[in-house]
Amino acid sequence: MNQAAPTPKDNQGDPVVRIDGRLKVTGQASYPADIATANVAYGVLATSTIARGKVSKLNIEDAKAVTGVLDIVTYGDMDNIGKPKFGNTSASSIAPLHDRTIFHDGQIVALVVAETFEAAEEAAMLIHADYEDEQPSAGFESKGTKTEAAAGKNPMLKEDPKAGDFDAAWANAAVKIDEKYSTPTQHHNPIELFSTTAIWQGDQLTIHEPSQNVTGWKVELARQLKLDPANVRIISPYIGGAFGSKGPMTARTAIVAVAARRIGRPVRCVVSRMQAFGTQTYRAETRHRIRMGAGKDGRITAFGHEGWEVTSRPDPYVVGGTSATARMYDYGSVLTHVSIVHADRNTPGYMRSPPETPYVYALENAMDEMAAALGMDPVEFRRINEPAKEVIGGKPFSSRSLIKCYDEAADAFGWSKRDAKVGSMREGDWLIGMGCATAIYPTAVAPCAARVRLTSDGDVRVQCGSHEIGTGVRTIAGQMAAELLGIAMEKVSVEMGDSALPPAPVSGGSISTASVCSAVMQACETVRQKLFAGAVGKDGPLSGSGNAKLDMADGKVGAETGKSAKLADVFKAMQVGAIEEYAEFAPKGSSPEALKKLYAGQPEFHGGEGDEDSVKYAFGAEFVEVRINSYTREVRVPRIVGAFAAGRIMNTRTARSQLMGGMIWGIGQALHEATEIDQRHARYVNRDLQDYIVPVNADIKQVDVILVPEVDREVNPAGVKGLGELGNVGTAAAVASAVYHATGKRIRDLPIRIENLLA
Amino acid sequence: MRPFTYERPKNVPAALALASKFAAKDDPPTEADAQFIAGGTNLADYMKLGVARPERLLDLNGLSEASLRQIKITDKSIRFGALVRMGEAADREEIRSGCPVIAQSLQLAASGQLRNMASLGGNVLQRTRCEYFRETSWPCNKRKPGSGCSAMNGFNRQHAVLGTSDACIATYHGDFAQALIALDATVEIEGRRGRRTLAFAKLHQLPGKTPNIETNLAADEIITAIEVPLGPWSSRSRYLKIRDRESYAFALASAAVALDMDGDTVREARIALGGVATVPWRAGAAEDVLKGKVLDEATANRAAEAAFADARPLAFNGFKIELGKSTLTRALLETRDMKS
Repeated sequence: MNQAAPTPKDNQGDPVVRIDGRLKVTGQASYPADIATANVAYGVLATSTIARGKVSKLNIEDAKAVTGVLDIVTYGDMDNIGKPKFGNTSASSIAPLHDRTIFHDGQIVALVVAETFEAAEEAAMLIHADYEDEQPSAGFESKGTKTEAAAGKNPMLKEDPKAGDFDAAWANAAVKIDEKYSTPTQHHNPIELFSTTAIWQGDQLTIHEPSQNVTGWKVELARQLKLDPANVRIISPYIGGAFGSKGPMTARTAIVAVAARRIGRPVRCVVSRMQAFGTQTYRAETRHRIRMGAGKDGRITAFGHEGWEVTSRPDPYVVGGTSATARMYDYGSVLTHVSIVHADRNTPGYMRSPPETPYVYALENAMDEMAAALGMDPVEFRRINEPAKEVIGGKPFSSRSLIKCYDEAADAFGWSKRDAKVGSMREGDWLIGMGCATAIYPTAVAPCAARVRLTSDGDVRVQCGSHEIGTGVRTIAGQMAAELLGIAMEKVSVEMGDSALPPAPVSGGSISTASVCSAVMQACETVRQKLFAGAVGKDGPLSGSGNAKLDMADGKVGAETGKSAKLADVFKAMQVGAIEEYAEFAPKGSSPEALKKLYAGQPEFHGGEGDEDSVKYAFGAEFVEVRINSYTREVRVPRIVGAFAAGRIMNTRTARSQLMGGMIWGIGQALHEATEIDQRHARYVNRDLQDYIVPVNADIKQVDVILVPEVDREVNPAGVKGLGELGNVGTAAAVASAVYHATGKRIRDLPIRIENLLA
Repeated sequence: MRPFTYERPKNVPAALALASKFAAKDDPPTEADAQFIAGGTNLADYMKLGVARPERLLDLNGLSEASLRQIKITDKSIRFGALVRMGEAADREEIRSGCPVIAQSLQLAASGQLRNMASLGGNVLQRTRCEYFRETSWPCNKRKPGSGCSAMNGFNRQHAVLGTSDACIATYHGDFAQALIALDATVEIEGRRGRRTLAFAKLHQLPGKTPNIETNLAADEIITAIEVPLGPWSSRSRYLKIRDRESYAFALASAAVALDMDGDTVREARIALGGVATVPWRAGAAEDVLKGKVLDEATANRAAEAAFADARPLAFNGFKIELGKSTLTRALLETRDMKS
């Protein structure tokens, strides 16, 4: 499939091509491990082969004897370094080289540094540990786990949302379903491997590492290494697959920095794909129980959502997606509860729409089940339960175009041609099924700083310490400046991914477009005002047009009278060669310390369900067709249609790409993706791209994205709702409902594999 | 990766001389100090993982014998030189139309890049992808005889249900080999002790108590050619591969089927099963069921039952029995319906 970028509709920006697209596809973009570094030494990790116990002795003599080995950093060598702290900037509190305790499979036991990668790798394989090992708990099914209520343990879930009298409503419901759902462990497998390159110049440290949070990492790494943050710089200009995996810093970064300081040379450590399973974060497995009661008229009177999530022994990681599921429909009553289950596993972390992907999967599967129980069309069932306000806090939605999304997607998909009877649609030996589900993602925004420079030649430079993680934010930030300054895109350059730039929040939570564009807008507005003043001033080329409305277009300042002046002439009159403006954007509701916190790498998030005036979400509707062979039961997805409304769309090309990628990932989550765990040993077993199954090109056929026009002036000055994480929410439920429609089999545990569908 | 010596012999005798000089005669080829490499798509991977640990690699890509790189097709047979690449064989029009099961078994394997690298001789010798074999920290009887089998009571979704032993349940994942064993192919082998021809069915060994010994080859022997006899069944043949995704995945179950039909009646059926057994697997019992019978869904089902009569399921791979049967039934019916 190869389609032109969508033509912009109302409140949608032009499909400007990616500012760095050519660099990326021609291999000229340098990713952090590609940066040429003089005199670099190579680091390779050695990791544990048990999941619980203690390292009684680490045998490193054979490794030391390998020709070219320079150093081995291990127990004792990090004692003067601060331990990582669990939170948004650090993945885990587990400090692997501070402590001989093993908390999980694949925990770092040493870093070998050598003259060549090959020598370091050979030596790392020769390191072996003697363990005092204990029986580990792998997850939900294991003995020895510890379960606790999640609410209040982590800012992600302050309290369990509830509304009305669930027990009474549940007892009295005419139609009920009470079902369990589950989602598996999933590991980030970005094509760009995880890496750290540490370079010291005196007490100044530069880190090249793919990062979604250069400012946060700078501050956290400085704390660990006991340095002034001003002496730490994190550089990450291009990132080859992030999706949350490069959001929190892991223990490795400080270990590599220490190694570089010890040997007095730069050290580069590229983590193997297999070792990334244990040393990076992942999406934890979840379980859900949903109780839904409805009247015969289809109105949901009771909604109960219980969730369980696996985490590590020490860290209370939780995603708590009940925040969204409890506000999705017009429930008569709501009861939710989230628990975390501590096991002998590494600490989970963010993966694209961390709360919504698993929780909305369970909700939307239940919605399809309830529609079937009511004998109601699933789209109609959602229409009946469309709320005027969200039921937890009684706040209005800043905007909500879900039904419009359903209507447009259903129309494009041809939903009316679906025969509702289960198992009724067939072509030859292939059973056909069609299903749908809702996508939702909270709209948040954070403080952000940016610097914009305009020269008399009309060159624009935008600087912002955000991160181009593939979303297109570098393009969009440039597009925003180009539009406001009336300059062609070719004259615009954008610098990102460097903690030396004005700080931006972590690129997570789909906040970047709104936050960055709002800051860029603010800086551009000041540039404009200065130019306008110069243009209409006493010596200005538009002198005397002081009362006219001014604008910038085609490299000129123009007045509504039709008079215009070339930029060069305005600059000449102002007797400057360039105007450079730095702006700090703080969203409505920000605290007085908001900017200080941004600089400290701890930005405030606003929006979602946290604002006083309204709740803020983007919505979408996805429709899927599956085909299932009647003999061998493999599932194929010939087409998927999604319609999404997300306020102002900055660029229809990059927006479409994000949503399309999300839906494709959703198909993978439905049918392919799962980390397999050896339950006896709590070890990951499918640690490569052969056995960790994600869709390949041949699995993805027609993918249609519809951008539904929507205007929302409340969310942020740019009017933008982030949509980077919206696309893969709901997809797996849509696939599951299509599988049910084709076969009559209700698969509640992901992924849906052949073995679930055999007779 | 461990350091190793690399040599590039100029012809087959030179390669054999090096092999017999550096490889102990009685070592299985996979454990010998000197090992042959061609495409390297399997061996290089396992060397990086520390599973294969040769001291010396003998690169066969420099061998001068032209026949090693040729495909010879006559009315009676197809002869593949062992260094022919998978991609080249898969793309040959005469093979695609004259003996589709071979072309399909190659086409559906690996990825385009791998097929352009991998040699046919190496392909049939590919080693298992068992997760516990690939990761050296696990006990594994195949990798370290006597250490135990971690898969037996571990995560064994991809493991075999046929031809297993108490020592090993690792699946033979190859596709091409299923076409070869179904079609009674032979392999030509050269060694220091001379040249021999072996039925392809005799090349691989069941794991039994010695899963580390995978083939009947000695460490100083090279496969030089593979020959496939052609007959009335060749053009009515098909390879059906069922897997978790549409490309770049090993079979959960596959079937190589070739039928010689007299109207609706089966004169002779040739069947092999992939993804379900420890070695390339000829389903003789299923062939016997079909012989002389009208091929309809009921007879196909009976043949499939016979093929899996001895299957032994474990915790996670039990579905392969049912899937294997469905795969064979579907393959038989689809092959029946081919235009011969």
